[in-house]
Amino acid sequence: MAHFNGVDYMDFDSLLNEEQKLVRESVRAFVDEKFMPVIEQHHRDATFPMDLVPEMGELSLFGSTIDEYGLPGLDNVAYGLIMQELERGDSGLRSFVSVQSALVMYPIYAFGSQAQKDRWIPRLASGESIGCFGLTEPDFGSNPGAMRTTARRDGDHWVLNGAKQWITNGSLAEVAVVWAQTDEGIRGFVVERRTPGFTTSDQHGKFSLRASVTSELGFVDCRIPADAVLPKTTGLKNALMCLTQARYGIAWGALGAAMDCYQAALDYAKERIQFNGQPIASHQLVQDKLAWMITEITKGQFLALQMGKLKDQGRLKHFHVSMGKRNNVWVARECAKLAREILGANGIVDDYPVIRHMLNIESVYTYEGTHDIHGLVIGAEITGIPSFNAPRPS
Amino acid sequence: MKIAVCIKQVPDSEARLRLAGDGRWIDESEVPFVINESDEFALEEAISIAEAKGGEVIVFTIGPARAAEALRKALALGAHRAVHLSDAAFEGGDAMSNGRALAAAIAREECEIVFTGSQSDDVGYGATGSVLAGFLDWPHSWLVMGVEMGEGTCKVTREMEGGLNEVSNLALPAVIEVQAGINHPRYASLKGIMKAKRKPIDTPSPSDLGLDPSAIGHAGAGVEIVSVDFPASGKGAEMLEGSPEEVAALLVDKLQKEARVL
Repeated sequence: MAHFNGVDYMDFDSLLNEEQKLVRESVRAFVDEKFMPVIEQHHRDATFPMDLVPEMGELSLFGSTIDEYGLPGLDNVAYGLIMQELERGDSGLRSFVSVQSALVMYPIYAFGSQAQKDRWIPRLASGESIGCFGLTEPDFGSNPGAMRTTARRDGDHWVLNGAKQWITNGSLAEVAVVWAQTDEGIRGFVVERRTPGFTTSDQHGKFSLRASVTSELGFVDCRIPADAVLPKTTGLKNALMCLTQARYGIAWGALGAAMDCYQAALDYAKERIQFNGQPIASHQLVQDKLAWMITEITKGQFLALQMGKLKDQGRLKHFHVSMGKRNNVWVARECAKLAREILGANGIVDDYPVIRHMLNIESVYTYEGTHDIHGLVIGAEITGIPSFNAPRPS
Repeated sequence: MKIAVCIKQVPDSEARLRLAGDGRWIDESEVPFVINESDEFALEEAISIAEAKGGEVIVFTIGPARAAEALRKALALGAHRAVHLSDAAFEGGDAMSNGRALAAAIAREECEIVFTGSQSDDVGYGATGSVLAGFLDWPHSWLVMGVEMGEGTCKVTREMEGGLNEVSNLALPAVIEVQAGINHPRYASLKGIMKAKRKPIDTPSPSDLGLDPSAIGHAGAGVEIVSVDFPASGKGAEMLEGSPEEVAALLVDKLQKEARVL
């Protein structure tokens, strides 16, 4: 099978160090050799290749930026390149690793007690346990602060009530990081799968992220021990910190999907012969589309890289991440559309990856902060005037 | 047991090549480099033997500064340390001068077995491993497809012409030159990549190895590449046109009457 050799129009690689390139090479080889041969069928069947999870753990794909528990402690650029290569395979694969790393391991590692960390980080790292992140609710997406799920103190326990929706890996998870309103503000809880009162059901009929399990979580008088709370969570900001981690990865991941669409379109355009024995790549309108794609991908790479450098220096702000996520996912969405056009009828069948990426990106465009909300985050930053969640006029 | 692995960093065979200005080699400035394919299999063989039986894997290469990347990858895959013959005096060698240099480096480390690929994907002499064995005065085996370690010996399987397999015992120390496909090379784990940062790469000079600079690299080479070029497009190709039946009939006719192979 054809191997992906990367998209590098402007010697981007000269800005990467040896480790970053090796990390990308390993993940690229894993995706090419293990994931690409099976994704088409999993996409059709709406399943995730769970049999690859132990190998993903061995490669240290889960929690790879953590520097304890025998984890590699990668820098953020290397982490971003992992996300790029995974999403070049499929957004569902990247989502799986994003959730496990940024939304489950990160909050347990950053806000958890020593006992919570010791218990969960090693088994989440190996993939022995899968985790999920419960923030979004049926009625609260862009406005999670108004969530209805509650956690009430009752002696030595907390009692959870409420529902969470659009939860990646919800029914696969042995552990859920769940956010709930308490008397002390919004706090995070570590909830184990078999806790009575905790149920999951899967979302069916998805046309997007088909190779990824999406679930609803239900809590009815679900009693969890007092020490299930993540002790260092004190408000919604802790949940948003997790999302900033995950969105940073998405900004890189989306480039992977865009690159795969671009590569598929370029290869196809050079091979597809129409009119006088010429490849369609010789047509000006096709070249214009390809030129647009490579230009936007290249700009997106430099944006992602600068975010990674700022993140390593502790200077990356949430409004930077909003720009990266918003721009790069939009680029991927446009690249998928243009590639689809270049492939003609072949662009709608799963012999080629383009339609799969195109459908996936529709989810990515509005999850983890919609495109529009990220625009408003940027707007709030540059004007100093938040246009959302503003106090109601009296 | 100390296990040596000799690897070579070569231009990626999938890269688009351009000729250098002097026409003697390709322009290396824009080409991605990778570990030579059969050397990757040699490395995997060595690492899995060390894992199963204990031992230290030391990886050797000759090449300019960029070749350190190949060594770093080998260390990420599980080799313990590396020796990089990066001094300018080592550059531009042929199989003879490179085999001499590698033999000196391996002898200094007191290795008991050497694994390497049978052939490089760039110049493809297919001789460096054998020359190396000659300088070490060790037995060697080429195009090896199976390795089984014994006590003081190594049993190797080779594919012969005509579908035969040859099995032979080599007394250690020995040089084993493997073929691509002998095993399944692993991926470098991300943990392995970070660990590799702290593993040592030694860069001995020719005098550290007791080598006379005139016997190594370009100075010690008896073979000199005069030019490289792309083959001229042939004129012999002929496109047959028509329905599949017509084309097949035409092809049979031409194979009988023109090529006279049927």
